Amino acid sequence: MTSPLEQKKIRIAGPSVVTANRTWDGIVVYRTAARAWSAELSEAAIVRNSEEAKALLAEAVADDVGAIGPYIAPVQIGADGRIVPGNLREQIRRTGVTIGQPAQV
Amino acid sequence: MYAYDEIDRTLVNERVSEFRDQVKRRLSGELTEDEFKILRLQNGVYLQLHAYMFRVAIPYGTLATNQLRALAHVARKYDRGYGHFTTRQNIQFNWIKLAELPDALEDLAKVGIHAMQTSGNNMRNVTSDQWAGVAPGEIEDPRIWSELIRQHTTLHPEFSFLPRKFKIAITASDHDRAAIKIHDIGLRLIRNEKGETGFEVLVGGGLGRTPFIAKTIKHFVHGRDILSYIEAILRVYNQYGRRDNIYKARIKILVHELGIEKFSREVEEEWQQIRNSSLQIDDEVIEDIRSRFTYPAYEKLPHMPDELRQAAADPDFEAWRKNSVAPHKVQGYSIVTISLKPTGGPPGDATAKQMDALADLADQYSFGEIRVGHEQNLALPHVAKRDLPALWKALDKLGLATPNVNLITDIIACPGLDYCSLANARSIPIAQELTRRFANHELANLIGRLHINISGCINACGHHHVGHIGILGVEKNGEEVYQITIGGRADENATLGTLIGPGVKFDEVADVVEDVVEAYLALRERPEELFMDTVKRLGVEPFKERVYATR
Repeated sequence: MTSPLEQKKIRIAGPSVVTANRTWDGIVVYRTAARAWSAELSEAAIVRNSEEAKALLAEAVADDVGAIGPYIAPVQIGADGRIVPGNLREQIRRTGVTIGQPAQV
Repeated sequence: MYAYDEIDRTLVNERVSEFRDQVKRRLSGELTEDEFKILRLQNGVYLQLHAYMFRVAIPYGTLATNQLRALAHVARKYDRGYGHFTTRQNIQFNWIKLAELPDALEDLAKVGIHAMQTSGNNMRNVTSDQWAGVAPGEIEDPRIWSELIRQHTTLHPEFSFLPRKFKIAITASDHDRAAIKIHDIGLRLIRNEKGETGFEVLVGGGLGRTPFIAKTIKHFVHGRDILSYIEAILRVYNQYGRRDNIYKARIKILVHELGIEKFSREVEEEWQQIRNSSLQIDDEVIEDIRSRFTYPAYEKLPHMPDELRQAAADPDFEAWRKNSVAPHKVQGYSIVTISLKPTGGPPGDATAKQMDALADLADQYSFGEIRVGHEQNLALPHVAKRDLPALWKALDKLGLATPNVNLITDIIACPGLDYCSLANARSIPIAQELTRRFANHELANLIGRLHINISGCINACGHHHVGHIGILGVEKNGEEVYQITIGGRADENATLGTLIGPGVKFDEVADVVEDVVEAYLALRERPEELFMDTVKRLGVEPFKERVYATR
């Protein structure tokens, strides 16, 4: 799971989204086609080539108040159109830690 | 315990106000993330996978009970009810909201806790032996010197924008529990032939991408000269350290490239210019710091009280006592290590409920004091031996009496890919599976002292290079792969482990560790021969053969 912090060149091999963390609380968000951020991956704008990815990322970077650290992440799109994370890192960001958390007390 | 003075209290409070204003300006858009990032890092705030992560300093690993309760409060009010103790005497909260961070910092400041020097390219939280001040045979309490360095380096402009982060650890005992040889500067408190207190100074240790064991740069620096000597090292580092390449910016690279002889000549030259300056410490300054460390009014107690004699009949108590209880410098007292490594649990995590309850137990049994060790366990430093049975029962109810200190399930692990934005692979699930595999105490005891360290990336926060068995998670073709090393150690005989072969998949790691352990049990000459002794005697080949013969 190469860290996106090491992502230098924008090359995408398949459908991708732009993801970041919301500024005020840090939660995982995705850039939507409506030039906004959503916590739902299903609402993410899908890009399919480097040009689209660059454009979406540039727009996301410009919204510095809304979210921080935007980057391009791979996704897979099922036959039913459902968007799922494209690697383990993004799956963990999407669904949470793979371990039980201590009970909230 | 150490009592902060008015200067420290003012500094901590001012820092909260300053950060509150910075957060407000960030959220309003007045500050960009690029402008804000360095400010948040100076207050221990990282961005991780799921949220911001807030790292709080526990200088030299000493906590008062009101401070531990404040950490529990932050966990409960601002986070998800738990915290994670790190390998450098800090605690991390994983789910904190930026908008609420100033309030959390303010709540901590009320009990003298802060997050300064927990991130960024500055002098980090000075760490020390978690048994400082109570370990039999230590030269003197190393926290006195840790505090001196903390005071000198906190917000020191020359140390706030270094080429990279900079870590110092201090020990005063023959057995190094502070892992000084894997620090940028390691200090070993000693006495010279005249009986004067000073330090053996080591430099250039560190793990990460390019691991090095620290080298001795000077065999004796008098205590009064230690600040000037450290400053001389930092000046040379500041002058020559690489700022153009993050992977070559740590002092270990500079020491390696210059060679220790040339580096020490440069330091010596610098030192001669400043050693007789205001950096030379007056005895009164040390005495003032020494006087601010208070020690309990110990009672005169028997070496073997009746309560302990009676409890010895209980095998569960004895199992715990044998690996969790250590000798104290005062007769009738013990140091108790609290394992934060329950079977199936994430190493180093403690819930708010456990922290609160432990604070109560520390008030009742340990003169209100708790310690944090780099092994991600806690300790009660002043427990009367007569109280050990009652303390054990209370800890057991809290899930804090796992009898595995220094055994194979006392695993050091970084947060890994479950939390960390730098990680390539998961660490915690590997640790959890290993604690299940070796949950049988009799088996763990049969194996004896064996330290497993797990890191989820090459940055090595889990100190895998110095694990007796080290596990490093990497990514290969989109999959988690784990490299296994053996023979590392972090103590006074620190050495780096040796890679035994190709990486193995996530679900094979526990099997490989079992193979290594089975090989050790078969190869050792007698039960007293520890894993590390067997590795030293035979090298890694027999282990390699065992692991890869069928893979």
